[in-house]
Amino acid sequence: MQLVLEKRAERSNTIALVSPLIAIGLTIVTMTILFAILGKNPLLALHAYFIAPLTDSYSLQEIAVKATPLVMIAIGLSLCYLANAWNIGAEGQFLIGAVAGSWIAVKTQGTDAGPWVLPAMLVLAAAGGALYALIPAICKVKFGASEILTSLMLVYVADLFLDYLVRGPWRDPHGFNFPTTAEFDPVATVPLLIEGGRLHLGSIIALLVVAAAAILLGRTIKGFEIRVVGAAPRAARFGGFNSNQLVILTFAVSGALAGIAGIIEVAGPVGHLQPGISPGYGFTAIIVAFLGRLNPLGILIAGLFLALTFIGGEQAQIAMKIPLDVTKVFQGILLFYVLACDSLILYRFKLVLPNRQVARGTH
Amino acid sequence: MRKSLLALAAGLLLAGSVSAASAADKLKVGFIYLGPIGDLGWTYQHDLGRQALVKELGDKIETTYLENVPEGPDAERAIEQLVRAGNKLIFTTSFGYMDPTLKVAKKYPNVHFEHSTGYKRDKNMSTYSSKWYQGRYIQGLIAAKMSKSGVLGYIGSFPIPEVVSGINATILAAQTINPNIKVKIIWANTWFDPGKEADAAKALIDQGADVIMQHTDSPAAMQIASERGKFAFGQDSEMIKFGPKTQLTSILDTWGPYYIERVKAELAGTWKSEDTWGGLDSHMFAMAPYTNMPDDVKKIAEDAQAAITAGKLHPFRCPVIGQDGKEVECKGGANLDAGQILGMNFYVKGIDDKLPGK
Repeated sequence: MQLVLEKRAERSNTIALVSPLIAIGLTIVTMTILFAILGKNPLLALHAYFIAPLTDSYSLQEIAVKATPLVMIAIGLSLCYLANAWNIGAEGQFLIGAVAGSWIAVKTQGTDAGPWVLPAMLVLAAAGGALYALIPAICKVKFGASEILTSLMLVYVADLFLDYLVRGPWRDPHGFNFPTTAEFDPVATVPLLIEGGRLHLGSIIALLVVAAAAILLGRTIKGFEIRVVGAAPRAARFGGFNSNQLVILTFAVSGALAGIAGIIEVAGPVGHLQPGISPGYGFTAIIVAFLGRLNPLGILIAGLFLALTFIGGEQAQIAMKIPLDVTKVFQGILLFYVLACDSLILYRFKLVLPNRQVARGTH
Repeated sequence: MRKSLLALAAGLLLAGSVSAASAADKLKVGFIYLGPIGDLGWTYQHDLGRQALVKELGDKIETTYLENVPEGPDAERAIEQLVRAGNKLIFTTSFGYMDPTLKVAKKYPNVHFEHSTGYKRDKNMSTYSSKWYQGRYIQGLIAAKMSKSGVLGYIGSFPIPEVVSGINATILAAQTINPNIKVKIIWANTWFDPGKEADAAKALIDQGADVIMQHTDSPAAMQIASERGKFAFGQDSEMIKFGPKTQLTSILDTWGPYYIERVKAELAGTWKSEDTWGGLDSHMFAMAPYTNMPDDVKKIAEDAQAAITAGKLHPFRCPVIGQDGKEVECKGGANLDAGQILGMNFYVKGIDDKLPGK
């Protein structure tokens, strides 16, 4: 007798809905065992991870701040992935957006430039991110280069370019040669929404992006085109949809969104341009996009959930002295279960009874 | 089975009530770490300092740390999390935490902050750092004596003043032994990345370097030097176990005494915002035993250490000649002054390399 995975005749919509819940359930069971082995009270630990951050306004703000760039980038990526264009380089587009936007901030520093500075920074960041994303898109369309490879490699180029700027021409002249620009002027920073907090305008922009993506995908021909090109390229060709054009478009949009996320992070929580402005947002957003099933609302929830595990992980470190590695294990286990449970959408378990040959052998 | 479960439950309850009772009157002290506490370098040494603190004052304080906190947008939140968890004195142990620490410090005027290796202070934010260039000077003497090829290999992290002054001190010392000494420098652009550090060490050895020095935090370079039969200096911590026949000495960051002193001040209510920049004389760092070298070299090192500790020898004694051949303005009388060293942005003569960003 053995257990085999068998392909379903059609995808199971029930499983598609419950699989994230099964995954979270299994994660909680696994973590409970792990906490018990570590000698920590599992209930208190799970409370620190999941409940405590949701119970005060400070942590809720922090979750929103952390989720903002993740959601914004992941929305853009989901458009690419739906259209079967594999943009892996959002991290680089994030950085170039941050650099492009910072250019205005650095150039107007110390002048009495007016309130046009921040909007101009956002526009330039979007343009920078989009142009940077167009490099791999055009290489794919014109020369058939793998966009996975080119977009990924351009991340390192962007990283080093930023590095060069803050060590060289844009370095804070009063900063003892440390690699950072001077703090941005108030007109070049993203306004806070709550006095004394860290929640900023960027979170609102992220929500608008989610809404716009939902409308685009659900209500417009373009959105339909994106989904058809991704799901059934041959049918799309017969339908007269131009998949090359769509690669260019989705890359540009996702680059622009990553770029805006970049400048918001720099002009918001960080306050100046420096190396290391992104703790891997562009890569984590790939996880967020898939965790949210490439659906705008799903991405919003996934982004908030991932942010929750970060904030909760920190609080568990402080309150329970649980090492950071456990948080990472926790995130890994969660992803593992999500992917594993997702396979049940298209497959199902089946018990295979012993066949005749085996049965004869036992006589 | 049942008995043990009951005992466990009772134990949990007991532990819970004890910690609840004592937590109330203990001073909470928090730490923000750049790397994992097991990096065996920078963060490891800060954690040893924390452990020394717990050993000394464990009945009066409770310590908490957050490790692997990136020097970006997450740092401010991590620091604020510690404040919100009730920590009254918080040590942020890397340069990149400077602005986030300052922001949180302005927000919580009743909490005291200590930032390592930065230059911004406030009435509730101190800074502390060490004159590591003194140790680099001693290493330069040893390196010049031990190198047969006359080429030293130097793995830099970032071209910031602390690192540049270390390179300069090394070369100035080495030139007193061998005026033609050469140094090859590779910038790893990271504080901690064992893979990159190992690659840098291999490249330097391939270019003829036979003594490897590093300003990055992992023991990877030491291991490579050991495999290739070269010499190397440790960094931050005692790395002799990674190269028993390789390590000449190591600059050991000894934060314990400083942490104990500052926490005692906090407990006594006498904590003030200060700028501490300590050297060999104030035990902010120490030299690991001088090993794998002949006695005469060891004597040179020990003499230099004694002279620096006594204030008789200054690594940046004037005249200091810059790479361009011009004499550097001497603002400190007989030596370069503190500001010139803390903001050092030039190479001295004899370094055949270009400072990045120049």
